[in-house]
Amino acid sequence: MNPTARALEATFGNAIGRASELRDGWTSVTVRADRLRDVMAWLRDTPEQRYNYLVDITAVEYRDRERPLEVVYLLRSLERKSNLRVKVELDPRGELAVDSVTPLWAGADWLEREVFDMFGIVFAGHPDLRRILMWETYSEGYPLRKDFPLRGRFSRAEQVRQALNVNPEANYSLEELSIAESYDELPADMRERLRRGERGKVAGSE
Amino acid sequence: MASTISLDAFLLDGVIDVKHVLETKEIAGSPNYHLTSWKRLVDWAVNQSRANSLWPMPFGTACCAIEFMATAASRYDIARFGMERQAFSPRQADVLICAGRLPFKLAPVIRRIYDQMPQPKWVISMGACASSGGIFDNYAMVQGIDTIVPVDVYVPGCPPRPEGLLYGILLLHKKIKGESLFDAMRRRDEQPLDEHGLRLPPAEIDEVSEPFGNSVHQFRSA
Repeated sequence: MNPTARALEATFGNAIGRASELRDGWTSVTVRADRLRDVMAWLRDTPEQRYNYLVDITAVEYRDRERPLEVVYLLRSLERKSNLRVKVELDPRGELAVDSVTPLWAGADWLEREVFDMFGIVFAGHPDLRRILMWETYSEGYPLRKDFPLRGRFSRAEQVRQALNVNPEANYSLEELSIAESYDELPADMRERLRRGERGKVAGSE
Repeated sequence: MASTISLDAFLLDGVIDVKHVLETKEIAGSPNYHLTSWKRLVDWAVNQSRANSLWPMPFGTACCAIEFMATAASRYDIARFGMERQAFSPRQADVLICAGRLPFKLAPVIRRIYDQMPQPKWVISMGACASSGGIFDNYAMVQGIDTIVPVDVYVPGCPPRPEGLLYGILLLHKKIKGESLFDAMRRRDEQPLDEHGLRLPPAEIDEVSEPFGNSVHQFRSA
């Protein structure tokens, strides 16, 4: 058994579910959602572990509707050259929420936004949880969920209409634009729109 | 008079039958003859200039853009057709070449780029994805850019070879040479149908976006 998995079980007890070694050589550990932040901080900061690089965050929904959704964290220790896969299981009938790991790894910011955009999983404590791939007024749902039809929920004409009514200039958050060097040179009406946090809106959707 | 006719016939060689112009008394003797030949001459000069110095605005989003680069590079060299200068600014462009798939997120962007281009302007839809959505019959992809902007030439292929794009450009040349400055309808700025910004009626967009090929076996759940 992977020494990290053994140490995790010794430290966190029943917060750690099953651990399994997969054929790709990665060890997979399931963690209870409410202890995720502690486990991740421990994995990053403990001298024997030093998983200092968050490779990716993704999620899995299985075709079997009874199986829980999984949020998958891929960790790597650059010094020890060791990989670890941490999974959190979420009940699809309950609230899809898990603690954000952005305070631990700043790079988790966009990764969590992508998982939120595609699966609708809410990361509590995320500094700026917005859609990242789809536009912010996108209202058809979460595309990678199993109940999402491949072509989307709306008719093509409605999709074209909504897409054309997105303001292409409103794709940056107020925070991102207010720190831009050219902010002071923007026209007054645009600064006002930024101040209001305008993101563009779909005509006729109110 | 004779010199006018011969000059006219010389310039319009290939466009109209020279012999016909020279020999038909009704045309030469018509009171409108000078006017029409003058217009034809202007059209000819303007269209030759336009067709042979198109400035393309490449809107490359996918693998078609790689083929477009190959077309622009030395082996195929679209500079031979007057497209030496790539205008990466819509204000200085004549022809928008959409090379690659267009996600809905880029739909307002390409519409704005098209609106920013000065008249006269043309659009080439390069490849299966730009023309019809191609294999990407899904929630994120525009099913043919003609639901967003008017298209002059569709180039099929996935991606089209450079020869295919060159053939499309030559077809566009042909189309341009058939246009007339004096046709007021031809170069009018397109206005959207309503406040939603659509250029086609919704039923028509749904119709041209219908799945085809293997896609018809998939379903849209309610």
